Amino acid sequence: MQYEVIVVGGGHAGCEAVLASANKGHKTLLITGSKDTIAMMPCNPSIGGSAKGIVVREIDALGGYMGKVADKTLLQMKLLNSSKGPAVRSLRAQGDKISYPKEMLKLLEEHKNIDIIEEMVEDLIVEKNKIKGVKLSTGKEIMCNAVILTTGTYMKANILVGDKRTVSGPKGTRPSLYLSDNLEKLGFKLLRLKTGTPPRIERNSIDFSKTKREDGDDKLYTFSFDNEPYYTVEDQEPCYLTYTTEETHKIIRDNLDKSSMYGGFYEKLGTGPRYCPSIEDKVVRFADKERHQLFLEPESKYYDDIYLQGFSTSMPYDVQDKMVHSLPGLEHAKILRYAYAIEYDAIDSRDLYPSLETKIIDSLFTAGQINGTSGYEEAAGQGLIAGINASLKLEGKEPLILKRDESYIGVLIDDLVTKGVKDPYRLLTSRAEYRLLLRHDNADLRLRKHGYEVGLINEEQYKKLITKENNINEIIEKLKNIKIKDEKNINAYDYIKRTEVSINDVKSKLFKEYNELELQQAEIMIKYEGYIKKTKKEAEKMRKLENKKIPKDINYDKIPNLASEARIKLKEVKPENFGQAIRISGVNPSDISILSIYMKRYFNEN
Amino acid sequence: MNDTICAISTAVGIGAISILRVSGNEAIDIVDKIFDKDLTKKRSHTINYGHIIEDGKIIDEVLVSIMKSPRSFTMEDVVEINSHGGIATTNKILELLLNNGARLAEPGEFTKRAFLNGRIDLIEAESIMDLINSKTESSRKLAINGVEGKISKLIKDIVDKLIMVNANIEVNIDYPEYEDIEIVTQKEIEKISKYINKELTKLLYESENGKIIKEGINTLILGKPNVGKSSILNKLINEEKAIVTDIAGTTRDIVEGQIRINGILLNIIDTAGIRKTEDTVEKIGVEKSIKLIDESDLIILVFNNNEKLTKEDIDLLIKTKNKKRIIVINKMDLESKIDFDTFKEEKIIKISALEDVEELKKEISDIFKLDELNNKDFTYLSNSRQISLVKKAVAKAKELEKALEDDIPIDILEIDIKEICEILNEIIGESYDDKLIDTLFSNFCLGK
Repeated sequence: MQYEVIVVGGGHAGCEAVLASANKGHKTLLITGSKDTIAMMPCNPSIGGSAKGIVVREIDALGGYMGKVADKTLLQMKLLNSSKGPAVRSLRAQGDKISYPKEMLKLLEEHKNIDIIEEMVEDLIVEKNKIKGVKLSTGKEIMCNAVILTTGTYMKANILVGDKRTVSGPKGTRPSLYLSDNLEKLGFKLLRLKTGTPPRIERNSIDFSKTKREDGDDKLYTFSFDNEPYYTVEDQEPCYLTYTTEETHKIIRDNLDKSSMYGGFYEKLGTGPRYCPSIEDKVVRFADKERHQLFLEPESKYYDDIYLQGFSTSMPYDVQDKMVHSLPGLEHAKILRYAYAIEYDAIDSRDLYPSLETKIIDSLFTAGQINGTSGYEEAAGQGLIAGINASLKLEGKEPLILKRDESYIGVLIDDLVTKGVKDPYRLLTSRAEYRLLLRHDNADLRLRKHGYEVGLINEEQYKKLITKENNINEIIEKLKNIKIKDEKNINAYDYIKRTEVSINDVKSKLFKEYNELELQQAEIMIKYEGYIKKTKKEAEKMRKLENKKIPKDINYDKIPNLASEARIKLKEVKPENFGQAIRISGVNPSDISILSIYMKRYFNEN
Repeated sequence: MNDTICAISTAVGIGAISILRVSGNEAIDIVDKIFDKDLTKKRSHTINYGHIIEDGKIIDEVLVSIMKSPRSFTMEDVVEINSHGGIATTNKILELLLNNGARLAEPGEFTKRAFLNGRIDLIEAESIMDLINSKTESSRKLAINGVEGKISKLIKDIVDKLIMVNANIEVNIDYPEYEDIEIVTQKEIEKISKYINKELTKLLYESENGKIIKEGINTLILGKPNVGKSSILNKLINEEKAIVTDIAGTTRDIVEGQIRINGILLNIIDTAGIRKTEDTVEKIGVEKSIKLIDESDLIILVFNNNEKLTKEDIDLLIKTKNKKRIIVINKMDLESKIDFDTFKEEKIIKISALEDVEELKKEISDIFKLDELNNKDFTYLSNSRQISLVKKAVAKAKELEKALEDDIPIDILEIDIKEICEILNEIIGESYDDKLIDTLFSNFCLGK
């Protein structure tokens, strides 16, 4: 059987990649270790969060599925940072670990262009640096035109608990033993990364009266621009808040030598994420902090596990028991699944083009944790782009490359291919220098057109977008011509800029019903006009630099005067343009000016 | 790698010795070809006595210093030749260097290489330019202050503080559910913006003084024809530069002279006497004078004790009202016809310029607190590019305060803070601007 696209791995990246490719009409095969792990949430039971929630909306705008499935299955929804400015608002849902994967699997299984098999891929078939197919652990070969690797944490996975290091994928699944070695043979540089997950507690063993209840918002939201809410305010599940105690910290300090991370059992450990430290890390590094916040989050409607967010650890089981019992409300808690750390192989993301195709093997794409990222949303965003670009390549079209000023996904991928990662990469709002433009409220306005152009957004969805755009423009134009009573020489447009004024105060004068989101969009555009303009100007400067292309065949060894670090970095990253070159750490302005002088000469001569 | 450049790096014709500097890969080999001893075997940082020779003939007796890469100003191999000859000999040596493979350096090229090779930062590069151009001792002191990176440090400190606040804001955004992380409040940002304002305004104030030390006080001598402006000027500069006569309108050119009071340079400008005139040649001088009022740091306004005040005199009093000025009543040795009541509210200096102008000098010194200025250890910005950037940053800080009043959300205020950082980074050369480097280095004088 010959497929057009093979996707290896059925996590969040894999699912989006498979669906994108199949929806673009390509016969696609998904190879997963087990159907039970498709769209699994092995760590926190939530989707979205700061910056990540915006990514979910971007995925939806481009025609991906994470938001749609999350909307259908969520347990609780919150709009984060609602008291802050519009640029940093972001949705976060508590997801259901049973129904989310089930819903996603249904989508895949019902799709006529998708086949799923349960196998392990251990090697790639490559001819003349072009991908030809994959080789399974059984020795069987399957041929195809493009491969997308979304192996997550499965390559050479090791589970770490105390002094025990077990060869295993998450939740006791089968790891891939040889794929990363084979990638290395093909010329990929490998990284060893680590991440962890906290213990799960039996719901009935927790005394919630000693914790603080955290409810969802009393306003309804959806990630998807096409969905109406599936839930009601009342049927949301609550989360709970508790804290570590002095006792907890003492237990941790007394047992540090038993932790996988601090025990010094291994010579070399993978690099863990800086932004998501284990509780050992927190206690050691922030020794003067009296307590750390912990969240108790339900994992599903269908079983009793409560996820103890903020308490990831690699202590042995007996110490974990003691630690958990020192927490208010958890004195008699029963741990259903103990915390563990997991180590895995990833590739150096600087070996990728911004299309997520590898520079080393033609038509081989990678997405998700294999690229050194962390997080379901980051994975799904990359999976979608890899799926789109693998398809576009088959179709002989230019890849879809999102810019830093039009999406968080663009920021994510640019960071990956330009800067590479040292520890698992999580999206943060601070990574987006133009974040005022990258709001959750305008993801559709930013990206739906791209989705439409690549064929993942249909006519109806597109028409809806155009209507919305037109209405927003209409509102703004009207406001400019509305006079405000008792206010001399001021129109409604400028009036709205005042802190105390809202668009609702003048909407009756528009003499037409507009929907709330359109009004809100117009209001944001008016109120923050000055800052938006400023940011756009900055973005414009950057785009100019990005339009200054650097030829692929440039020989950095021939450029006199480049600082040696810059030379090494430029050779590693092979930036496509000056905008990207400037963002490489270790490349200084003086190097850029030297490069620019050299390029002038280069173009004069050629 | 770089080609080898050379230039005469001392002012031609002044001083007993001239220094020729050669920098680049072949610096040692090239000088070796015209030197009578084997330089290729000499160790770095040695001074070698010998002769410059051409076809076996001695051109000059010289000392040659060798500084090997990377321990040199440009971080390339550098050779310096101390020649004893005058202009002709020095030029001859330069010609020999050019004939043997070196290229004449472009203006500022040595400093540009030092910058590009990471030897100095932007502020240092600009300070070196000032060092080359500095005319007096005080000015040299200040230039060195810049080289040592005092301002760089001050600005880096401010930037660091701002970045700290922004980092905290980011944490608040990215981890909103964590209640025990300190939340940046509007009040805190207000504090920061006041702090920036204070520090930068102080820096600007000191820089103005720094400018005075470096560039001197531009002093305009103003008055109707024949009130004795040229006499005052001549007395101040102690030489007959301006023509002194009794006929109104003989000083047609704007004459400049320099004197030093307490080490501070006074650039004195004499003007054509301001009066209504139909004479076109003189009209140009008058118009220029009025324009100069705006550009000067100090105005010495001269009146004639021996004449009644005219409408023109009153005009001048009004035109210079907002400037730093000293009112001088000259020709006190003659009969008083002037109405002193006009100056009731003002301090006036009565002199007879033909005798002495000591009282005037003292007043200038007092007005600018020159004693203090000369001794104080200033942190200052060395050129107008830096000053204008700091002014821009101060303006941004004010915008930030306005935004605070307008209740703009903190995560958006962060944009303003970032902008201030970027402006300040530009001063210390940490942000990228294609044009900046080109304009900067083309401003450098040849040879350094």
